[in-house]
Amino acid sequence: MSNRATIPIGPYHPLQEEPEFWKLIVEGEKVVDVDVRIGYNHRGIEKISEAKSFDQSIFIVERICGICSSSHPIACCEAIEDISGIEVPERARYIRTITQELERLHSHLLWLGLAGHFIGYNTVFMWAWKYREPICDIMETVTGNRQNYGMHKVGGVRRDIEREHVSYILTRMDEVLKQLDMLKGAVLDDPVLHARLKGVGVLTREAAVDYAALGPTARASGVDIDARRDHPYAAYGDVRFNVITQKEGDVFAKTVVRILEMFESASIIRQCLDSMREGPIDSNPKEIPPGEGIGVIEAPRGECFHYVKCDGTNSPVRHKIRAPTYMNFPTFRETVIGETVSDATIIMAAIDPCYCCTERMIVVDGDDKELLKAQDLIRLSQEKTARIKERFNRA
Amino acid sequence: MTADILIEKVHGRFGDRILKTEKRSAKRVYVDIYPKDIVDVTRFLFKDLGLRFNIASGVDDFDGLEILYHFSCDPSNFVVTVRALIKDKENPHIDTITTVTRAAWWIEREIHELFGVEFDGNRDLRPLLLPDDWPKGVYPLRKNFIVPKRDSRKT
Amino acid sequence: MGLKETILSKSIYLFHVSSGSCNNCDIEIIDCLTPRFDLERFGIVLVGSIKHADAMVCTGSANRLSVPLIKKLYEMMPKPGFVIVWGACGSSRGLFKDSYNTTAPLDEIIPVDAYIPGCPPKPEAVIAAIVKLKEKIRCGASLKLKPEAPSPGDFRRGTRKEAR
Repeated sequence: MSNRATIPIGPYHPLQEEPEFWKLIVEGEKVVDVDVRIGYNHRGIEKISEAKSFDQSIFIVERICGICSSSHPIACCEAIEDISGIEVPERARYIRTITQELERLHSHLLWLGLAGHFIGYNTVFMWAWKYREPICDIMETVTGNRQNYGMHKVGGVRRDIEREHVSYILTRMDEVLKQLDMLKGAVLDDPVLHARLKGVGVLTREAAVDYAALGPTARASGVDIDARRDHPYAAYGDVRFNVITQKEGDVFAKTVVRILEMFESASIIRQCLDSMREGPIDSNPKEIPPGEGIGVIEAPRGECFHYVKCDGTNSPVRHKIRAPTYMNFPTFRETVIGETVSDATIIMAAIDPCYCCTERMIVVDGDDKELLKAQDLIRLSQEKTARIKERFNRA
Repeated sequence: MTADILIEKVHGRFGDRILKTEKRSAKRVYVDIYPKDIVDVTRFLFKDLGLRFNIASGVDDFDGLEILYHFSCDPSNFVVTVRALIKDKENPHIDTITTVTRAAWWIEREIHELFGVEFDGNRDLRPLLLPDDWPKGVYPLRKNFIVPKRDSRKT
Repeated sequence: MGLKETILSKSIYLFHVSSGSCNNCDIEIIDCLTPRFDLERFGIVLVGSIKHADAMVCTGSANRLSVPLIKKLYEMMPKPGFVIVWGACGSSRGLFKDSYNTTAPLDEIIPVDAYIPGCPPKPEAVIAAIVKLKEKIRCGASLKLKPEAPSPGDFRRGTRKEAR
């Protein structure tokens, strides 16, 4: 226990736009223990939902997380529809798929930008977020808003995709895809990034299964799960796509999975726009009978799970929400112990944590002295990249 | 393995320790058990059959506190929900399943602080979400905890 | 117009604080600094420490755990400093007013100088608010701004749809 020191990060920290309180217990440069306190985002949504009607719940559930603003409502609608097998019209299923894949695209681009910023590639940050804007414009055209779409309802969707918007969507997607090719080459072929991210923060396959990790975090460790393929919902049963997996489980593998998934998303959107036929977008269910329902969908960070219990009234008796980061976050402890302090930030970012989805905080019970301030950690991460760059330039 | 085969295997392994199984659809199976059997059932589903632990949810019902453990069978597209009803609401106890899977680590802490359920064998039941000065014995997700509606004009 | 007001209005350094938000507003803050909206042309920079900040931008619905921290951060902010509340959650708790873990609108916890309503507010609304704040600082006043109704030209043509 000699020379142990605690580094508190947070709750308000330039690395993360969400508040959380971390404590890394270090010996020298190596992390030996970690604890996180969450709860700074806990808004008691499950309790609020019990006092609202099913229609109102969808709007609240949308605001669980800004990035998964289409995933949670679809999962909630699927859970309510599962109670009594409410049918969703075909066109509505395709529109749900399109909004879901557009969200996956913008979420992965957002992640790519933030990850670039954490390791000192600010150009990647600016370009990834700049090329996120066409996706936000498409969302505004389709749903009426850049975030918080208000698009989904039990039994269908609220708004249709007009015929004249289809060519607009395809033009702007092409714009994004060209840049995705460029970003893919820039990121995946860069020897500095290989040296910086390979072998860092490895999550083994056994640990991923034991912690029930989800999404790209699990797929990067070789666990082949994807709710779009395993539990098909919306129109995923009618489109063809690949599930991207890697074996190494390190930060680089997680980056590769996310970048390649973006191309799959673009392909799914094109297939949906080609196959969508005219028809109703809402089956207008009149009542929800007593029962229980489960909705399982694949959000950008992993599988999102909603359980709804109804007693025949217009409000849920119980609404359980489980976001993917809830299962992925405990794997951070597994991956960061033994790594250096300068890698802690990128390892954390590689899970793509969405604290507001998780509504959690972890408290570290350390009473050791503060070694490094919050800004020092991001500086350490960027300095490590600069050192590796210099090594490559000299060689 | 389909939902029907799973129900057969569960009955074959546990016999009359299972209170009820219900196949609501090809994708949804509900199994009712006694709370004392939860660790054995979890071990069977997670380790022997290779299902993935999804999450656990607590429900405050009239006859007691129900804890539902949801498991997914990804290759065959169905979700199994194991329901354990704890009749004693004053002093609810159930065994921890963290000995079988670490994935239940956080959810047991959450159910402990929001419903008041004791997970026997789990030594880390620190609060996860609520502030430290939250009064003891007050469980927000129980039905007897009513959030007063506040008028935004007056606060 | 004094020297203090001139200097402050030239370049406002922002420190971002989330008191329990859904992260939508937080992403839009960072989005405003990216090439498309580019708040940096107004001299706005996001800083990493409250001690370097001229204005504190608060999002979120004042979660119980966050309240003492928000107060502490406000005290640590060097004065004169401004507080901008970003989004519906900070202005009035928004959708989360009936929760057991949200406390009060932010203006009952710390004094607030500007509100940007919306869920989330669009970047164009934010740019309008920052420009208004600069004008107010230049005039030496620090008072609560009432949100105005948007004019028809504010909406992009052809993309505004009515809900069914």
